[in-house]
This record gives sequence, structure tokens and C-alpha cells, in this order.
Amino acid sequence: MKAPLRRREVVTALLKDRSGLLVVAGLGSTAWDITAAGDVPLNFPLWGAMGNAAMIGLGLALAQPARRVLVITGDGEMLMGLGSLATIGVQQPANLSVVVIDNERYGETGMQATHTAWGADLARVALACGFKSAQQIRAAGKLAALRAAIHGGKGPHFAQVKVLAEKLPLVLPPRDGGLLKSRFRKALLGGRSELD
Amino acid sequence: MKAKDWPDQVYETLKGAGVRQVGYVPDAGHKRLIELCRADKQLKSVVLSTEEEGIGLAAGAWLGGARSALLMQSSGVGNCINALGMMQECRIPLLMLITMRGQFGEFNPWQVPMGQATPGVLTAMGVVVHEANTGARIPAAVDTAARLAYGSYQSVAVLISQAVIGIKSFQDQAAR
Repeated sequence: MKAPLRRREVVTALLKDRSGLLVVAGLGSTAWDITAAGDVPLNFPLWGAMGNAAMIGLGLALAQPARRVLVITGDGEMLMGLGSLATIGVQQPANLSVVVIDNERYGETGMQATHTAWGADLARVALACGFKSAQQIRAAGKLAALRAAIHGGKGPHFAQVKVLAEKLPLVLPPRDGGLLKSRFRKALLGGRSELD
Repeated sequence: MKAKDWPDQVYETLKGAGVRQVGYVPDAGHKRLIELCRADKQLKSVVLSTEEEGIGLAAGAWLGGARSALLMQSSGVGNCINALGMMQECRIPLLMLITMRGQFGEFNPWQVPMGQATPGVLTAMGVVVHEANTGARIPAAVDTAARLAYGSYQSVAVLISQAVIGIKSFQDQAAR
């Protein structure tokens, strides 16, 4: 048995040399993960709205078809918005990827098991909803291809990355929602966003 | 243009307001407007599996520099409550067009609690409510709501009265 993947290493590998990649992270551990990889304006880490990360990614991908959009979220957050996978399947945004960092736990509330601990296969759900690619990943050797798909492949892509259930030091992004929104828009749209 | 043609006028109003994405959960009262939006290839029309998804869609659209509108019936408002908090905290504009049930002459008692609670629930979550009680008033209500939403970064809902939409009678349909 290979060593299990570790979430921070997975997220750091996916965000390496991220260039203009637009990133939305679900609340809790994945928000800390993307922040640990670097707190930059083109991150939109959620502190609430559980279940909505993938849909924020869809709205962004449809608004910015020339940019690549990555949603990184947890298994608990994705389970709360499973219908959004069907909604994304209808729209077929080629520039959107959804990556679930799956530790099979609700990490912020006491590490209670989620449905994926009993085998709920989110990748098969995504495939059935019409994602162009959807896979479960358990080995580090698969991450380079996933990163390449996120940055250039014709999506929508989905990956459920199984990771070790571990409690890590929190790396917190700013909490002010207005700030997170405004800095994201300014970095993406330029100064004109302030006059919109 | 006649009052019954309000969906056509609302469509023009949304286009004039620069709306580029329309999320919707179908309602009979929005049938015509949804058809107009879907026929417009310049608009991204997004069918949602639940109304809450439309809040995320609108947030993502705004992050990407696009204006949007969200169509639903009043029963869907309850599905949006927690997500509405994001729009308030982030000061992201939101324009909701809501057709009312559980209001005038409702036949389905299960629609009444959410329909009656709709203005209060929206207000509690910081959404500004504009009520339109006749077809003739709807386009102007949508226009001012869009101006408030996108001019002042507010969440704004236009409630389209059941007096405009008409009463759905399952008893009449069953008798036919």
C-alpha cells in the first residue's frame, strides 16, 4: 500500500505555477489549503455559503470563458451541493474544473465521517452528470496529468482526490467578504471593476 | 404593448440592464420569460436543480464581471436563505424575479406558508423587496430593482403577484 496523499501537498502541486488560474475554495479545510499555497487576489476562499463553491465556479467560468477556473472543495461541501454537478453537466463549461479533496470527514466540526467514508463515489456522480472527465485519485503520480487538465484540457473536469484525514495548522485567508470580492475583481478585471 | 406582454418587456429590461447570465428554476409564471432568455444566444441561461444554486451562480458571475438575474417561484426563496448571507457579506449585487404562490386564491395549501413568509424571509436576509401587483407595473419594478442592485450593490427581489400570474387550479384540471 502506497502512502496516502496529503491534502496540502496535493493542493500545492495543483496550484504550482498557476499563472492566471482563477480559484474558488469551499469553506473550511480547502480554504486553508489554498491559502497555505499562497494568499493571492485570484483566490476566492469561502467562509460560508456551504454547498455553493461549484456554482460560484460555474458563474465565473461562464463569465470568463477565456480563463481557466478551478474549484477546490471538500467532500462535505460537495455533498451539500451535489445538484450543481448536474447543472454544470448541462452547461459544459470547457474551462472549469472541480477538485474535491476527500478526507471522508467533516474536518472543522470534529472529524465526523461523511458519506464518502461509506463509499459515496463523487467521481461517478460527476461522470453520470456529463463531466468530460471524472476520476478518483489516490496516487501522487496522477497529479501532474490532473494539473495539466485544469490548466488546458477541454472540461468540465472533475477529480475526487482521496487524502489522509489529518488535522493541520490553520492558514487563514482574510475573512472580510467585501475585501475578498473586490481584490479578486480588481486582479481579474483591472481598475475599471471599481467603477462598475 | 399590453400588460399581459410583461415578460417580453422584462426581457428587454434585463437586456438593457446588461444582464448576461440568467439562472432559473422553472415556474409557470416565468414560462414566457424563460423561453425568451433561452432563445437569446447572447445570454447564458442556466437551469438550476435548486434555487440556492442561483445565488452561487450570481456570485461567480459578478466575480467574473458579469451581471445576472435569477428567476424562481416563492417556494424557492426558502432554499436560498443561507446563501443570501454571502451576497450581503460580500456586497455582491443580486437581482431576483420571484413569481408568487400561496397568495391570492391559492388552491394548494402547501404553498401558503412559504408564500406568505416570502417577503419577511427576504427582508430578514437583507434583501430589498419590490412588489409588483399588476402586469403593467412589472417592467418598471424590474428596471428600478436592477438599478438598485447594480448601482448600489444590493440584493433586490421583485415579487410578481399571484394576481398577475393567475390561480392554478388542480381541481379544474382534474375535472377536465
